[in-house]
Amino acid sequence: MSEFFAMGGYALYVWGSYGMALLCILVELISLRK
Amino acid sequence: MLFKFASPQTFFPLAGKMIPWFGALAAVLALAGLYVAFLVAPTDATQGEAYRIIFIHVPAAWMSMFLYLVMAGWAGTGLALNTRLSGMMASAIAPTGAMFTFLALWTGSLWGKPTWGTWWVWDARLTSELILLFLYLGFIALKASIEDPVRADRAGAILALVGAVNVPIIYFSVQWWNTLHQGASVSLTRSPSMAMTMLAGMLLMALAAWTYSIAVILARLRTIIRERERDMEWLREAMA
Repeated sequence: MSEFFAMGGYALYVWGSYGMALLCILVELISLRK
Repeated sequence: MLFKFASPQTFFPLAGKMIPWFGALAAVLALAGLYVAFLVAPTDATQGEAYRIIFIHVPAAWMSMFLYLVMAGWAGTGLALNTRLSGMMASAIAPTGAMFTFLALWTGSLWGKPTWGTWWVWDARLTSELILLFLYLGFIALKASIEDPVRADRAGAILALVGAVNVPIIYFSVQWWNTLHQGASVSLTRSPSMAMTMLAGMLLMALAAWTYSIAVILARLRTIIRERERDMEWLREAMA
């Protein structure tokens, strides 16, 4: 499991990408709720 | 049939019915895409796990260009035919297009650092994609700065149409100039230069991005219609 999250040493880059995508989607969805 | 749904009155309830379907479809496709991207697709021989960024990068970059063309198309239709819904459609697309453009740049940067050794280079592909972001933001700002919606639609349409020349520049930049960015790995005319599972993951994520965009844009379109047509009798009836 921890090996999965380590992404072969590229954790910052991989999760930084997917994290930002998730954040953008959340911001967009919340802004539309209002 | 097409013209029937081209008016805000008929489109408003139809959009409302479509949103949950496209939203649910997007969630299912994204989960399937992430499953393939992280648990099925093998580790890349040269890039290691860092390549998994492309499953979000490539669909985001595709959407950024595609949504711009759709936005410019609607804006141009509004300019030519004076249809009420067209300008609203263009306004509804712009923020989602800008979001995907930002994501393409952000994920590209995070991919570039471990693979190229740099966050950013001023090469043709990256620079023209950055210009695309500015075009989206310029379009949004221009429309927001003009009070009269009809004039705002017209001014926005001209900006959107002029800016559309940038899209083929982005797409062909890797062929026209010597850039650091690699050429297309997926093409309709030849077999893709990657493993089938990688391609499947990318296509699932691309379909998720599509259906997500449709759901979000329709929801924003309904907000814009509600705002612009608030004095209309039909809307009061539809909301009641």
